[in-house]
Amino acid sequence: MIKSIEELAEKRSSAKSEFYPKRVRISVGMGTCGLANGAGDVFEGIRDEVQKQGLDFVVRQVGCIGFCQMEPIVDVLAPRLPRVFYHHMSPERGRELVSGISEGNFCTKWALARLDQDKLLVELDRPLDGKLNGLASVPTFEQLPFYKDQVKIALRNCGFIDPHDIEEYLAAGGYSALSKVLMEMGPEQIIDTIEKAGLRGRGGGGFVTGKKWRVCRQAPGYPKYIICNGDEGDPGAFMDRSIMESNPYVILEGMTIGAYAIGAEQGYIYVRLEYPLAVENLRSAIKQAREYGLLGESILGTGFGFDVQVSRGAGAFVCGEETALIASLAGYAGEPRTRNVYPAEKGLFGRPTVINNVETWANVPVIINKDWKWFAEIGNDKSKGTKVFSVVGKVRNTGLVEVPMGITLRRIIYDICGGILNERKFKGVQTGGPSGGCLPESVLDLPVDFDRLTEAGSIMGSGGMIVMDDRICVVEVARYFMEFLTRESCGKCTACREGLRQILEVLERITSGKGVPEDIELLEELCLYVRDNSLCGLGKTAANPVLSTLRYFRQEYMAHIEQQKCPAGVCRELTTFRIAPEKCKACGKCIKVCGVEAITGKKKVPHLISEDKCIQCGACREVCPFDAVITV
Amino acid sequence: MALVETVIDGIKIKAERDRWALDVAREMGISIPTLCHHPALEPYGACRLCVVEVTKGERTWLTTSCDLPIREGLKIKTDTPAVIESRKMTLELLWARAPQAEYIQKLAREYGVEKPRFGVCDDLGKCILCGLCVRVCSELVGASAISFTNRGVERKITTPFNASSDSCIGCNACAVVCPTGHILSTDIGLVRHMETWKTELDMVRCQVCGRAYIPAKEFEHIQSKLGEQMALGKICPLCRRSQTAGRLEAASTGTKTELTKIPALFEI
Repeated sequence: MIKSIEELAEKRSSAKSEFYPKRVRISVGMGTCGLANGAGDVFEGIRDEVQKQGLDFVVRQVGCIGFCQMEPIVDVLAPRLPRVFYHHMSPERGRELVSGISEGNFCTKWALARLDQDKLLVELDRPLDGKLNGLASVPTFEQLPFYKDQVKIALRNCGFIDPHDIEEYLAAGGYSALSKVLMEMGPEQIIDTIEKAGLRGRGGGGFVTGKKWRVCRQAPGYPKYIICNGDEGDPGAFMDRSIMESNPYVILEGMTIGAYAIGAEQGYIYVRLEYPLAVENLRSAIKQAREYGLLGESILGTGFGFDVQVSRGAGAFVCGEETALIASLAGYAGEPRTRNVYPAEKGLFGRPTVINNVETWANVPVIINKDWKWFAEIGNDKSKGTKVFSVVGKVRNTGLVEVPMGITLRRIIYDICGGILNERKFKGVQTGGPSGGCLPESVLDLPVDFDRLTEAGSIMGSGGMIVMDDRICVVEVARYFMEFLTRESCGKCTACREGLRQILEVLERITSGKGVPEDIELLEELCLYVRDNSLCGLGKTAANPVLSTLRYFRQEYMAHIEQQKCPAGVCRELTTFRIAPEKCKACGKCIKVCGVEAITGKKKVPHLISEDKCIQCGACREVCPFDAVITV
Repeated sequence: MALVETVIDGIKIKAERDRWALDVAREMGISIPTLCHHPALEPYGACRLCVVEVTKGERTWLTTSCDLPIREGLKIKTDTPAVIESRKMTLELLWARAPQAEYIQKLAREYGVEKPRFGVCDDLGKCILCGLCVRVCSELVGASAISFTNRGVERKITTPFNASSDSCIGCNACAVVCPTGHILSTDIGLVRHMETWKTELDMVRCQVCGRAYIPAKEFEHIQSKLGEQMALGKICPLCRRSQTAGRLEAASTGTKTELTKIPALFEI
């Protein structure tokens, strides 16, 4: 138990010397993404090899550094040498790595990048010899296109510290913001700092965080509550999971600062059911924070008390909506209520409640530490700081990308994520998950911030980005998202429940070739009705995928209805595949992959698809190396 | 309670802060249709029929008036084209959802909807999922015998596991508040059949006229709420009324009649 702020400072300096020990430290990225790629075996392989050889190495489990493509990732930190990251590790490669290090040769075969100064990602300087020990050929993080433009604020420390060891967080500068707050700042001053920094809610709404805190602080009612929304439900979004798994302490520190500012004594972290590792890591972090006197009755001996509890969702998308989350947390069915009165005035158990998203809380300690001016300089006019995007889909580099607000979509997709997979053409990017919109090539130079995305017909949402190439049918994408939302709508209000059902029905008609020209008008009318009349955020944004595709890809809808064709070759009833004889090299790949034996052909003779047998699955088109399978 | 100034349909009024806009507007004689609203229950905001157009500062939006608290400077309009269009669509969608509900069709015709343009779905009977029955059962009666099940378009109202309910006291409050007449309840002999909830309840006879008038469970429920001090007499509302009338008469004429021998409502 740490009983004073001075004691905490002492603890930090001793933790620092532990963090950069005189021996080699090997860390394995064991977030859910790493584990899914076999990081567990890699960890065991490395640990066993170290034990077998009797080496004095430290082997640690860390979170993820956000480069999904490269998992499993292992990094090696040797005294006075750059930290080196290795990608695509396997137990064998891990053993080879250990043997190499024990002989003094750093292997560079699977090296992803090196980190000369930890400044970029961890708030820590480290003495280096200037020697690179044969690592000169390994690029630095600043040289990697994926990391070059990234600015890590919310994700800082993720993948660099052990999420089960609070001392590593302390070593990396953790809880210095809380010390600062308790020593020299009053609640009003904290709220001022957060408001002046221009921090806006990262969960999607983009409401000014400082303002929300102020309303809650001034609202009558006791006790007050702090909630962290970790119910990240958007398909393709996983930044909150990464933070909860890789650096749970930063959320606790942020929430503690928030609690001090608004006068709360109890906090809740609501985590979605599908994140068991996040729950485990958060619970262990809370336990340690209590043991260290950083949560509990009198934090750091100051008399200020705050405690946090983890609460698990039950797998409903709508519970990411704050009023539904609050209902669920209080034990009721996860259904929203009208936000004519905000939770900041009347929230959990009818008391004033501040509810912020995981990423928002992760920003708070840095803003306190570095001051609002530093934060307000990052980003653009109305959206400050950085935003984490999870870029998935048809791009070369998938992963978590934290960039300053206002960067263009083009830079994210092409410069950072390496462009479209297999040299195909870019068609659209769905931002903000199923409630967002699908944006075309023409708006790729749009600066990504809260307001401009909304103007373009999409939303920032939680920051999911699904990149689509020209083999994706936008009408089918819209139908897919409507199906998802129809299933996930809670069904409380007529607009969302009945409106979405009818939208889905119209879209199903269009994608199955039964659409009529009047359907477009009906679709628009329904979408605008659902947008303007739904009770909660889910319904209000649910029509975005349809409205945005109608705005940018209307001709594709018309092709489905008038020409009875799906230009992308996705909607089965509207697609006929044929092999272009001049392109076909008769390689036979399509014959092998066809599941219904619809393709015939011999060596050196262009192949043929039998229309009678073909079920339009598109498998032949996927495998054809010459783009010979075309739609007609 | 603090008074605030607000404008409803162009009329400047002073109203208590945080009163519901729907109540204030109705008191002004403005008619706003509702389906999921009941004065005895908490606002719910689900049917979307009571939408109004609200302007605050530079922002104008549609919102339900049943759960809109009156605040200083709100401008509320209850009959703009946007409001009418919205109600029309709501009714059209509900018509498609519950094509048997005559009341919805009547309302929809009032708004100029002749026929829904959508595919109809007929699996809920007359139920429009307004939730009044669920809320009256839990909020007011305190029995919580019925609830919503499933999510989204699959949503429906039923008893736990679709089975006969042990918690239902047969009070008929659900049937009374139902705006479309979906909930059916019939008394046959000594049994009340809550048909919609697949529940049957034994009834108690009136000690005076002998008519079965209340389910035994409802009687016990009321008795348990009243406490031991107030033992409830088994007397039906009709007999109670004539008894009261008799007492009043006796009091005014000063004569004692046979009626006073009838057991009182409360046996104190």
